[in-house]
Amino acid sequence: MAVSVDEAVSTGPARDHTPPARRLGGRGRSVLEVALLTVLAVVMLFPVLWMIETSIKENRDVYAIPAKFFDFTVTLDHYKDVFVAPDGTRSALSVSFLNSVVVAGVSTVLATVLGVPAAWAYSRFAVRAKKDQLFFILSTRFMPPVVVVIPIFLMYRQVGLIDNKLGLILIYAAFNVPFTIWMMKGFVDEVPAEYEDAAMLDGYTRLQAFWKFTLPLLVPGIAATAVFALIFSWNEFVFATFLTSSDSVRTAPPAVAGLIGGTTTDWGLVAAASVVFALPVLVFAYLVRKHLIAGVTLGAVRR
Amino acid sequence: MGTVAVHEVCKSFGKVRALDGVTLDVPDGSFFVVLGPSGAGKTTTLRAIAGLEKLDAGSVHLDGRDATGDAPAARDLAMVFQSYALYPRHTVYENIASPLRARRCSSSEIAAAVEQMSSLLHIERLLQRRPAQLSGGEMQRVALARALVRRPRAFLMDEPLTNLDLKLRVEMRTELTRIHRSLGATFIYVTNDQVEALSMADQVAVLKEGKVQQVGTPTEVYERPANQWVAGFVGSPPISLLACHAEGDRLVGAEGWTLPRPRWTTAEDGRALLLGLRAEDLSVEQRGNASLPGELYGLEPLGDRTVVDVRVGTEILKVKARPTVTGTPGERLLVTVDLDRAHLFDAGTGLSLSEAGR
Repeated sequence: MAVSVDEAVSTGPARDHTPPARRLGGRGRSVLEVALLTVLAVVMLFPVLWMIETSIKENRDVYAIPAKFFDFTVTLDHYKDVFVAPDGTRSALSVSFLNSVVVAGVSTVLATVLGVPAAWAYSRFAVRAKKDQLFFILSTRFMPPVVVVIPIFLMYRQVGLIDNKLGLILIYAAFNVPFTIWMMKGFVDEVPAEYEDAAMLDGYTRLQAFWKFTLPLLVPGIAATAVFALIFSWNEFVFATFLTSSDSVRTAPPAVAGLIGGTTTDWGLVAAASVVFALPVLVFAYLVRKHLIAGVTLGAVRR
Repeated sequence: MGTVAVHEVCKSFGKVRALDGVTLDVPDGSFFVVLGPSGAGKTTTLRAIAGLEKLDAGSVHLDGRDATGDAPAARDLAMVFQSYALYPRHTVYENIASPLRARRCSSSEIAAAVEQMSSLLHIERLLQRRPAQLSGGEMQRVALARALVRRPRAFLMDEPLTNLDLKLRVEMRTELTRIHRSLGATFIYVTNDQVEALSMADQVAVLKEGKVQQVGTPTEVYERPANQWVAGFVGSPPISLLACHAEGDRLVGAEGWTLPRPRWTTAEDGRALLLGLRAEDLSVEQRGNASLPGELYGLEPLGDRTVVDVRVGTEILKVKARPTVTGTPGERLLVTVDLDRAHLFDAGTGLSLSEAGR
């Protein structure tokens, strides 16, 4: 995920450096560009658009053949169904959303609190076999979750963390700490160590120097890193499916997936649940977008 | 009090030996300059004193007390970094106040101290700015103010004038000397600029590849360099070195020239020597009893003087002359040598042979 954003950010400036003379005659090129980008946008955005449409269609319009693009009746019933059960109490889906918020939020905070000081230490101190340690830390991310889910299931069963939110929080934090260390180390490397040296000579301890002078400069990087960690935890499906079973613990991804199947599928509800699920991360990323871009480019540019 | 003593300090970074048994004794109240080329270990020496580097061996004593294991904060030192290291998020006021805040001074004390420092260094109008809004010279003054706002045991300065333009550098040199005199505090000042070292220092330590080559007053280091390397490093234009050996009462050059043997040298006949001649101890305008034949190689007019390059055999001698001197390259001429001020070094060890008997 980090890589894709890196690339997305770095291609922009790179294209600006292309000398104009080497471009295919200005207008022809731009028409082609616009056409291709339009096709791409349609392909990428159509499922999203269809999801949003389905979520506000009445059921008979959802199943209508031929499909109705524009002349359907708008309803918010599906959204109501996401949050309220037929008997008027809280729906299982709304509980799963709340679980997702708790699990993703706490695991991200945990990964950040553990990962940022670790990244600082790896950046600042002479650690024995530092490169090997960092490679080992990164290597834990090489494995796809599905490879380790069975051993983790067995271990969790021994310690009673199956079907437990704490279990998910710990495993997500464990997956996000290496990522946080790696990404944050790049940001810490960018902050001159001399600020801390100067602070220590001013009379602060090393930790105070880090806390008062380096940490504030790392906020953009922390924001960017935390967003990526949050997105991972929020979207994670495999561990959530295997390690949870009851509605009271289950997070949103398996809960939404659980709506599909059985004898009939309420596609309107699935679509509405998906929109509700997608929204928080989008909003959050939008709010911190400046930090996200600044953070990612800061990490990428070497002085 | 403010004595700093560094004893047999060693420090390696990976395979690089930055400090190789450095010993320095900095007396209270002195302006002590550590001089050396880049990579000599000057900054590492300063950081070792400040407690920013963990030493491989050796000790640091402050006011006679072993401070080798002390944290930087406990050493009661102030430092000006080469990059200034001003906190980017803090205003100039807060930057200067930082050492006092760390020591929990009251805000009225802080305001008074910052005001006094800013007027001393003429930066009153900058107090509400941030470092990014300052010029290099202004940043340098702020960094200096942050160090001077306290009365620490000693001030450590890591090439504080290097990033300034020439005019400002000369100004700040005078100003630093003035501040040092008015405070009477110990300054340890690192530089690769020999002019700074010679003009400001009470004591100079010349460092090369992590080893102290010589410690002395600027005059001692210039007039009586301990070895060939110090002689070559200190002085501009650099000292000219000619290979030769002693033969009875004469010095015979590898290029065939002869000079009277200086009375003060104890070198035995036949030993390979290097004769060191400074540009101001040579002349193409006066006649004397000791002279070297050569040919004019080039002229370097420097305004107040002209440096005449004279080729003697395969070596080029730098000779200081009046700005009015003229000549055409290839012209034969005689270079008069002031042998009383010449230096002799052992060609093998590089050590000076001049000191005894002078």
